Amino acid sequence: MSDVEKIKQIISKELEIDEAEVVDSASLVDDLGADSLSVMELMIAFDDEFGVEVPEEDYDKLLTVGDIVNYITSNK
Amino acid sequence: MHRRVVITGMGAVTPIGNSIPEFYDALKDGKNGIGPITKFDSSEYKCRIAGEVKDFMPEERIEKKDIRRMDLFTQYALYAADMAIEDAGLKENGDIDKERVGVIVGSGIGGILTFERQTATLYEKGPRKVSPFFIPMYIADISPGRIAIVHGFKGPNYAVTSACSTSNHAIGDSFRQIQYGSADVMITGGSEATVSKMAVSGFMNMQALSTRNDEPEKASRPFDLDRDGFIMAEGGGILVLEELEHAKARGAHIYAEVGGLGNTGDAYHITAPAPGGEGAVRAINIALEDAGIKPDEVDYINAHGTSTQFNDKNETAAIKTVFGEHAYKLSVSSTKSMTGHLLGAAGAVEAIACIFAINEGLVPPTINYENPDPECDLDYTPNKAVAKEVNIAISNTFGFGGHNSVILFKKYYN
Repeated sequence: MSDVEKIKQIISKELEIDEAEVVDSASLVDDLGADSLSVMELMIAFDDEFGVEVPEEDYDKLLTVGDIVNYITSNK
Repeated sequence: MHRRVVITGMGAVTPIGNSIPEFYDALKDGKNGIGPITKFDSSEYKCRIAGEVKDFMPEERIEKKDIRRMDLFTQYALYAADMAIEDAGLKENGDIDKERVGVIVGSGIGGILTFERQTATLYEKGPRKVSPFFIPMYIADISPGRIAIVHGFKGPNYAVTSACSTSNHAIGDSFRQIQYGSADVMITGGSEATVSKMAVSGFMNMQALSTRNDEPEKASRPFDLDRDGFIMAEGGGILVLEELEHAKARGAHIYAEVGGLGNTGDAYHITAPAPGGEGAVRAINIALEDAGIKPDEVDYINAHGTSTQFNDKNETAAIKTVFGEHAYKLSVSSTKSMTGHLLGAAGAVEAIACIFAINEGLVPPTINYENPDPECDLDYTPNKAVAKEVNIAISNTFGFGGHNSVILFKKYYN
């Protein structure tokens, strides 16, 4: 499984949504129903899987699935 | 004159049934709910038995995506609340003023399963890996919060915690909210999910738990000479309390009336009851006085009856002090003989047992009663339910910390 697929799978699992909904343009909060706590939980899951610790000041930049995919794959 | 308060809905998840009809059948039949612990490997534990909830399917009544973010005690509370609210005809009811519907639901311990898991994470992986949902899963007051979120009830909302008297304090506070006009309907009761390594270890090392591991079905034996401790159990019980005229106006089914409340403190010891059940005596007397009921009018006492040496002896002494000769005429039973001890959920489940007795004309039994204890010489309704008209029932609960809370239930007469 590619990193991109793995990232999308984690988002799907953590937010309890269908993988088909996890498209690059989807907003975590507006489209996928995440709140500040579930975003935090996602970050912990990415750290566990990829060893990427996202600093809190970067959370605001990660609004869509695409933002997360770019951030994780380029900081891995 | 206070407003009258009646019960219009009930829900329960217990070791002897996950619905009211199942729970009623179990009370009638004297069903045992105690067995070997299956939720974790208890082979190294001196106590290896508990009253576990069986075949619990939270997704029947709780949004799937929420389940994972709730400790089990909150799942039990939400499940039982949904059942009670549906039973009361208040689910998706557009005609009631939701600002006048409150929720007071307690837990003795809260999310100890979550606490265990997250503590392990903290020590194994460090503070950054602790779940952001840890606090809102762990805190005991999240259950009333979530019940309100799901059903849109915007009245008074909080949890109480007083160990094994938690549910009665919750029901008692809810009774007062309605009596004094702060709400018209209250969703109330308690839940507990303590079949956990930490909780069992803690209670076990207090010497509070039975170690009758070879005969789990006989381990919970309140008032019996050979009792050797209580049995940890889990589940939840929820009642819908409602102001009488409000209930009548919408044609609700009325199960029974809440008659009176007595709360006291022992000011004696952190875990042992006061000698002679002194705090219990005062709580029962206050509940009788609050209800305007004379001691000889009481038909049934659902005892705290934990199956510990201390409780059962002191509770018996307290009943004799309050009721005198009538203590030998009224019926006493401990439904913990069947369910085990649901701690903070006990009072709510036992309130439902009182309503069962009032509505069915049947006193639920104390099972496993085999050898009389000279210090426990009342009629404990041994082993078989007894047909009897029950107009007045009281439910005793006593908690570590010296909390005593007694509620009196009455048959409803228009």
